[in-house]
Amino acid sequence: MIHVSNLIKDYGKRRAINNISFDINNGEIVGFLGPNGAGKTTTMRILTTYLPPTDGEVEIGGYNILDNSLEIRRIVGYMPETVPLYSDMTVFEYLMYMAGLRNIKSAETRVTEVLELVSLTSRADGYIGKLSKGMRQRLGLAQALLHKPKVLILDEPTIGLDPAQIIEVRNLIREIGKEHTVLLSTHILPEAQQVCDRILIINKGQIVLDDSTERLQTHLTGANRVMLKIRGHEIEEAASLVATTPGVTFVDIKEDDLLEFECSAAEDARPLVARTVINAGFDLLELKTVSMSLEEIFLELTRDEPLAPEFNETPGLDVEIEGR
Amino acid sequence: MRNIWLIARREYHHYFISPIAYAVAFAILLILGIIFYANIVGAMLQQIAPGMEIVFGPLVSLLIFTTPAITMRSIAEENKMGTLELLLTAPVRDWEIILGKWLGGFLFLGTVLLATWLYPIVLNQLVSPGIEQGVLVSGYLGIVMMSAAIIAIGVATSSLFGNQIAAFFATEGILLLLWVIGAPSQAMGMMGGSLLRYLDMSEHFYPTFYRGIVEVQDIIYFLSLTFLALFIGKISIEVRRWR
Ligand SMILES: Nc1ncnc2c1ncn2[C@@H]1O[C@H](COP(=O)(O)OP(=O)(O)OP(=O)(O)O)[C@@H](O)[C@H]1O
Ligand SMILES: [Mg+2]
Repeated sequence: MIHVSNLIKDYGKRRAINNISFDINNGEIVGFLGPNGAGKTTTMRILTTYLPPTDGEVEIGGYNILDNSLEIRRIVGYMPETVPLYSDMTVFEYLMYMAGLRNIKSAETRVTEVLELVSLTSRADGYIGKLSKGMRQRLGLAQALLHKPKVLILDEPTIGLDPAQIIEVRNLIREIGKEHTVLLSTHILPEAQQVCDRILIINKGQIVLDDSTERLQTHLTGANRVMLKIRGHEIEEAASLVATTPGVTFVDIKEDDLLEFECSAAEDARPLVARTVINAGFDLLELKTVSMSLEEIFLELTRDEPLAPEFNETPGLDVEIEGR
Repeated sequence: MRNIWLIARREYHHYFISPIAYAVAFAILLILGIIFYANIVGAMLQQIAPGMEIVFGPLVSLLIFTTPAITMRSIAEENKMGTLELLLTAPVRDWEIILGKWLGGFLFLGTVLLATWLYPIVLNQLVSPGIEQGVLVSGYLGIVMMSAAIIAIGVATSSLFGNQIAAFFATEGILLLLWVIGAPSQAMGMMGGSLLRYLDMSEHFYPTFYRGIVEVQDIIYFLSLTFLALFIGKISIEVRRWR
């Protein structure tokens, strides 16, 4: 449904999008994640024909973004990041106006329906300027849903909503995603995990991860990150011991009796580590795998500097001491 | 066409809740009224019958000085509020946006002009054979034509500048320039002089519409000015997409 290849966007000299490519299939809900300034909004603005790309190709529903921008705007529903609304109109007037621009038949029925969907029916005759932030957010969503768009592009749709509304909006998105294609950006990682079929992580204008949520989940709970707890406080000694065990790629001291290590997926270093530690005279209290959360993956992938330089000098084997 | 009308209607309604638009309408009608009254009193003392020029003269100047305040917000405000993002991602063509914005402003100014009919009606009662119908019609025709061009220039400038204040001063500058550009024509040679005189807005109003004469070339002048400005406005929206 959405096809993006080698997309580049420059703002003056600054490159905001640096050669990204992805495809989104019909009926997929895709979460667009990335730190501030990664280029999420920019990408969405290009997809919705608000901004032209500097280079690269974008197609939505078979239409090219440059040649058929009007067709694309017909099939796309878009909720911008800073929900733009005419504060001097009432909620109902505003939606009727947008419905008019989208040439919707029996607009009044549809507007009433959409108001129901975002639970704003009671505010239909109120002025937009008097709505709360969350209500505006929902009105922005309502506007995007008016024409039952084949493709829904939502820039941080749940920001500023109360918990009950967040759940409702998420359910709504999931419901819509059954038939329509949805691309949403968010900073709430569990939300992406809950709602989306697939996750795209973008950093500094480049895609650093593109995987299905399901696969991510199994990857996240993979057996390669292990926590180890000993009796006593000689954790540094134990750490250097663990670090020299074959198969261990990374050691991280968490507390003075607790460390975490990573081993390559190919060989399970756990039995060897356990034996080594016990043979060295330590009392092994606990050894268990810890799942890496999406947060950690996200931070890992979008970290500014790869690692502090002194730990980078010995590649493959890092002993890192976190000051807590 | 539907979109133009929708945008124009919203724009028109917006003027009626905008304090600046009210202030402009009020200022036009009030200043016009004061000048009208002063002229009537003066004419009575001198025992001469005043004509429609006591309305048209000040009205034209007022239009030039105040309409930029009406049009300055038309696109600049949408740009600032972010609603332009909404408009530009809706299936609406760029020229529909410009034309709708123009029509809304034009209809609003038309409403104000309609209110100025009060003065000819009063004048008609005051002078004994009544006012010259020809001058009344041609004068208003000229003023409507000029309003169309002024609003178009204002809308185009508003889309060129992201900022309302900048749009106001730029529009004012363009209008004043167009108003006096013919003045140095005497000092110039034949060719340059007549070109400048042709560009001058006042040259297409005072010698003709103002005196009860309707010339096709004046109508063409104002229509071309309107189209040119609207075209520039459309290009400016297109360029906005390409930035
Ligand atoms: N209109 C603009 N003019 C110039 N630079 C811009 C403009 N909009 C965005 N940028 C730059 O492009 C880069 C990407 O910005 P973008 O808004 O796409 O990030 P984002 O991923 O949406 O971030 P956030 O999570 O904060 O919303 C940033 O470096 C930003 O400074
Ligand atoms: Mg953003």
